[in-house]
Amino acid sequence: MDRITDILNGLLTYNTAFYVFALMTLACGILVVTSRSPVTSAMFLVLTMIGISGLFVLLNAYFLAAVQILVYAGAVMVLFLFVIMLLNIGEEEERQWNKFALTTGSTGFAGLTCLLLLTIWRADLPTGIGSTTVGSTKNLGNLLFTDGRFLLPFELVSLVLLAAMMGVILLSKKEIK
Amino acid sequence: MTVGLQQFLVVSAFLFCLGLLGVLIRRNIFVVYMGLELMLNAANLALVSFSRYNDNLDGQIMVFFIITVAAAEVAVGLALLVALYRKRQTAHVDELTSLNS
Repeated sequence: MDRITDILNGLLTYNTAFYVFALMTLACGILVVTSRSPVTSAMFLVLTMIGISGLFVLLNAYFLAAVQILVYAGAVMVLFLFVIMLLNIGEEEERQWNKFALTTGSTGFAGLTCLLLLTIWRADLPTGIGSTTVGSTKNLGNLLFTDGRFLLPFELVSLVLLAAMMGVILLSKKEIK
Repeated sequence: MTVGLQQFLVVSAFLFCLGLLGVLIRRNIFVVYMGLELMLNAANLALVSFSRYNDNLDGQIMVFFIITVAAAEVAVGLALLVALYRKRQTAHVDELTSLNS
C-alpha cells in the first residue's frame, strides 16, 4: 500500500473517495454545460478538472494528477478566464434555444450515453488491480526518458509547443493579412 | 458496490457525453470550446483507468502527451477566437456563419 492510499484510508474509504470525486466531476460537468455565464462555466470547469485529478490520484497516477492541476486547472483555465474577461463576454441575452441544436444535442447525448454504457457493460474488462507501483513518478520518468521508446515523441512535442507559440504571436498581431 | 474499472469508465463516458452536449447545444463559442476540453479530459480519464487496470504505463504516457498538446491547442484556439471576436464583435455561433453558404 502506498502512503497516500494509507492516508486516504484513514480519512475515508477508497469507495467513498471515488464516489465523492466522481459526483463532483459529473455535477460540475453538468453545471459547465448549463450555467448561463461563460465565467461561471469556466469556474465549474476548474472544479471538474480538480475532480478528475482526484480520480487520477485514486488510480495511482500521482504525477498526472499534479500535471492536471498545474496545466489544466492552472494554466489553461486561467487563459480561458483571461480571454473571457478581456473580451467582456457577459451572459447570453434572453436565452433562445436553437430548436435544431437542442434536438440533435439531446439525441446525440442520449444515443452516445446508451451506446457507451452498453459497451462498458458488455465488455470483458480486467477486474484485478495491478501492482501499486505502476503509476509512480519514478516509473513514468524511466519509461519516458531511459526506455527510449518515447524520446522522439517527447522531443517532437517541444516542436509542437514552439509552433503553437509562434502561431499565437502571429495571430494576435494587430493586422491579420 | 466495489469500485473497479467499470465505474471509472462510466464516469468517463458520462463526462464525454456531457462535453458533447455542451458542444452541440450551447451557442456561446467559448462554452463550446469548454465542452471540447471536457471531452478531452474524459478521454484522459479512460486512458488512465485502462493503464491502471491493465498494469501498463503506456496509457499514462499517452495522457501526458495529450495534456501537452491540449495546452498548445487551447493557446492557438483562444488566439483564433480573440482574432475572430475582434473582427466580428460576437461570440455567438449562430452569427458566425460567413463560411456557410
